[in-house]
Amino acid sequence: MSSRGKIPHWADVTLVPLFSVALAFALSAVLIWAIGESPWQAVKLMVEGAFGSSYGWGYTLFYATNFIFTGLAVSVAFQARLFNIGGEGQALLGGLGVALICLYIPWPHWSVALIAASLGAALFGAAWAIIPGYLQAKRGSHIVITTIMFNFIAASLLGYILVNVLRVPGSQDPASPRFPSEVALPKLHEMLALVGIPFSTVPPVNIALLIAIGMCFMVWYMLWRTRLGYQIRAFGESEPAAQYAGISPARITIYVMLISGGLAGLMAVNAVMGEQQRLVMNAVEGAGFIGIAVALMGRNHPFGVFLAAILFGFLYQGGAELALWMSIPRELIVVIQALVILFTGALDNMVRMPIARVFARRKRAG
Amino acid sequence: MVLNDSQMRQETAASDLAIELRGISKAFGPVQANKDISIRVRRGTIHGIVGENGAGKSTLMSILFGFYRADSGEIFINGKPTEIPDSESAIRAGIGMVFQHFKLVENFTVLENVILGAEDSGLLRPSLARARGLLKDLAREFELNVDPDALIEDLSVGHQQRVEILKALYREADILILDEPTGVLTPSEADHLFRILKGLKEQGKTIILITHKLREIMDVTDEVSVMRRGEMVATRVTAETSPTELAELMVGRKVLLRVEKPPAQPGAEVLRVESLRHVDSQGVERLRGISFGIRKGEILGIAGVSGNGQSELLEVLAGLREAEGKVLLDNEALPLSGAGCDGQARRARRIAHVPEDRQRRGLVMNFHAWENIALGYHHDPRYNPSPWRMNNAAILRDTTGKMEAFDVRPPDPQLKASGFSGGNQQKLVLAREIEYEPDLLLVGQPTRGVDIGAIEFIHQRLIRLRDAGAAVLLVSVELDEILALSDRIIVMFDGRIMGERMPDETNAQELGLMMAGMA
Repeated sequence: MSSRGKIPHWADVTLVPLFSVALAFALSAVLIWAIGESPWQAVKLMVEGAFGSSYGWGYTLFYATNFIFTGLAVSVAFQARLFNIGGEGQALLGGLGVALICLYIPWPHWSVALIAASLGAALFGAAWAIIPGYLQAKRGSHIVITTIMFNFIAASLLGYILVNVLRVPGSQDPASPRFPSEVALPKLHEMLALVGIPFSTVPPVNIALLIAIGMCFMVWYMLWRTRLGYQIRAFGESEPAAQYAGISPARITIYVMLISGGLAGLMAVNAVMGEQQRLVMNAVEGAGFIGIAVALMGRNHPFGVFLAAILFGFLYQGGAELALWMSIPRELIVVIQALVILFTGALDNMVRMPIARVFARRKRAG
Repeated sequence: MVLNDSQMRQETAASDLAIELRGISKAFGPVQANKDISIRVRRGTIHGIVGENGAGKSTLMSILFGFYRADSGEIFINGKPTEIPDSESAIRAGIGMVFQHFKLVENFTVLENVILGAEDSGLLRPSLARARGLLKDLAREFELNVDPDALIEDLSVGHQQRVEILKALYREADILILDEPTGVLTPSEADHLFRILKGLKEQGKTIILITHKLREIMDVTDEVSVMRRGEMVATRVTAETSPTELAELMVGRKVLLRVEKPPAQPGAEVLRVESLRHVDSQGVERLRGISFGIRKGEILGIAGVSGNGQSELLEVLAGLREAEGKVLLDNEALPLSGAGCDGQARRARRIAHVPEDRQRRGLVMNFHAWENIALGYHHDPRYNPSPWRMNNAAILRDTTGKMEAFDVRPPDPQLKASGFSGGNQQKLVLAREIEYEPDLLLVGQPTRGVDIGAIEFIHQRLIRLRDAGAAVLLVSVELDEILALSDRIIVMFDGRIMGERMPDETNAQELGLMMAGMA
C-alpha cells in the first residue's frame, strides 16, 4: 500500500524540476529585493544576457558544454549507484592529457589533434577514476570519500607539473605554454558561417559542443541498448539481484568508473583545448561539482542532463551579466546558483510530495 | 431520546459485539483496497479473517489500528461509535496489534520493550517494577512465560512474538489483532500460541486472527470472515464450514488444495553433495557437513524452520555463497569458491534458481517485466546479436511468450516488476527459470506471499518440470507444500540434516519434531 507519494513518470521528470527551479528563483528574487535591487530588472538582465544575443547564447552554450560532460560523468556512475564526486579531479587530469598531446606532438590539422586529444582526455580522466573504482571494488573503500580526496590530489599534482614541468621558463605564471595554432578548434561562429548564419565571434563555444551532444546520445545508447548498460542498471537498481544474475559487482564498478572518469576528462577538450589554449591551474572552474547538480536535476538521464546543463549555462552566463550591470555582489550570484542546486538536488521531495497529493486527489475525483 | 423497536434490537445485539465495522471503504489512488466492508466480531471469541494477498485484510486492520483513516464508514468498539485517527486512540480503545514483522527493539530487554511508549513517568524504575509483576501474573495464567530480563535478540522467534502479545496486554488490550502470526513459527510453537490465544479468549478477550492458512482457521476460530478483492464476501460459523468452502470463497472458484501428482520416475543422479560446510560473513557456521543427492525426475523437499541453513544451502548451490566440501553435477565438480562460482557459471551448467526472496534477488523491482526476463540470461546470444547491441525487441517478444505460457497477469511486458502482485511476480521468475529447461532447478519458498489460485498453478508447473526429467530441489518452510510436492523429504536443523523421510510414510507431527531438532 505504498501508493502514497507516487506520481506519473512524466510529471516526475518535468513538473518536479520545473517547480523546484521556480521556487529557487522565487527565493532568489526575495534576496535580491532584500538588498534593495529590483528582482524584475535582475531577471530581465539574466535572460537577456544569456539568451538575448548570439554573444550571450555563445557563452551559455560554452558553459553548458562543460556541464554536459561532467553531468554525464555523474549520471553514468549514478546509474550504478556510485556517487562519483571526483569529476573535478578527473577533468583536471583530462586537461593534462590534452595539454601533453597538444604540446608534445606536432599535429598537421586540428581534426586529427581533436581525435587524439579527446582520446587523451578520456584516458587520463578514466585513469584517475579507476583508482577509486578499484579501491571500492576490491577493498571496499567508499567511493565518495576516495573520489573527493582524489580531487585534492589531482589539484596538487597539476600544480606540481605546471610549476616544475610545463611552466614557460622565466614565467611567474604556473601555466603551460600556449598550444600551437594548428590545434585551435573551430569556434561555433566559424562553423555556422559555413551555412551562412551569423554568430558572435567572441564566445569560446566550439566544436566540443557537438562532441558533448554526441556523448549524450552515446551514453543513452550504452545504457539502454547494450548488454553493458543493462548490467550497469541492474547492478544500480539491486545489487543482490545483480549478483543473482551473475553480474560481478567489482567488474561493473571498475567499468563504470572508467566511463565516468573518461566523460569527465573529455570536458578538458572544451575548456582547455577549445577556450584557454593552454593548461592553467583552475582549468575546470568548479564544473566537476556543477555536474553533480546537473545530473541530479537531469534525473541521471542523458537528455535531462542536456537540458539541465543549458539551465546551469544560463545561470553562469546570466549571473556574470548580473554582476556586471547591477550592484549585485558576485557572492549573491553564487548564492542564487546554490539555491538552484539546493532545490533541484536536495529538496526534491519537498516539491514532489505536494504534487503527488494533487495527483492523488485528482485521481480520486476523476 | 426515544428509540424505536428496531433500534432497540440493534442496541442489544450491539452490546455483545466487541467490534462492529459498518460500510468501511478505503482507496489508495485508483485501487479500492476496502469496499463497503461491514463485520461484527462478538466479544470473547476468536474471529478469523482469511483472504488472498491483496484482498484487503491488512488495510482493514490498519484502519482499525489507526494507521489509515477510512474514506467512509463507521467503527463501533463495544457498541460505542469510536474515531480512530491514530494508533494511540486505538490503544486507548483497548485494541492491541501483533504485527507479522515484530516491532521490537532488538538490544532492549523484554521488560524495556514492554513498557516502551507506555512508561508511567519520566523515571523508568516504577514502570519496570509494575511490568515485572504483571508479566509474572500473565506467565502463570496463560503460559506466556518469557524471561523479563532477556535481550530480544537472544530470544527465539516464538518468544519474541510472546513479547508482542505481552506488550498489548500491558496496555490493557481487550481486543487483540494478530497478523499472520504463525508464518515464522514451528508447528509446536504455533500450537503453543494457539493455547495462549484460547486461554485469553476464556478470560473474555476478543481475538482477530488474520491468516491464509485454512487449517489454523479450522483449529482455533469460532467464526471466520472471508475477504476477496477488497470486499467481505462471507462470514461463517467455523464449525459449519469446511476448508474447501473457504478456499472457494477466497478465490471465487473451485480450487484443488492438493495438486495431483503422478508417481515419480527417478533416473540417474544429477547432483551429489558431500560434506558441505559454509561459514557466513558473521563467522557463524550455517552448514555443518551436508550430504545428499538428487536424481533426475525427482523433487527433493528440504523442510525446516527458516534460519536453519536451508537458505544458505540453496545459495551455495546457486553460486551466490562460497563453501567448502564437494558438489558434483553429472559427476563433474562444481566450483564452490573463486572463479566459476557465480550465477552465470551455474546457469552455464544448466542449474536454474528461483530465489527465496524474489523481490530482492529474483527481480529488479524497478525494471520492466521484459528486462527482468533477461536477468541472468543477458548473455544469451539470442538477445545479443553483437556485443554492441542488445536486441530489446527479441527480449520483448520472448517475454510476451513466457508471460502467456505462465499466465502472468496483466500480460504487459512493459509493466515494472513492482506493478505485479506477489503471485504474478513469482510466475515471472518461474517463467524465466523453467523455460530455460534446466537439468536442476533450485526453488526457495515458491509460494510465499502467493495467493491460492497461483499456488495451484506453480505447483503444477514444478511437477511438470519434474516429469520432463529435471531434478528439483525444493526449500520451503510450509510443511503442507513440502508434503504435497516432494518425492523425498530431508529435514534440516541447525545446519545439519536430521533425517530423510518418504512423504507417504511420515506426517506433519513427525517432521515438526525433526524440524525442532528433537528426533
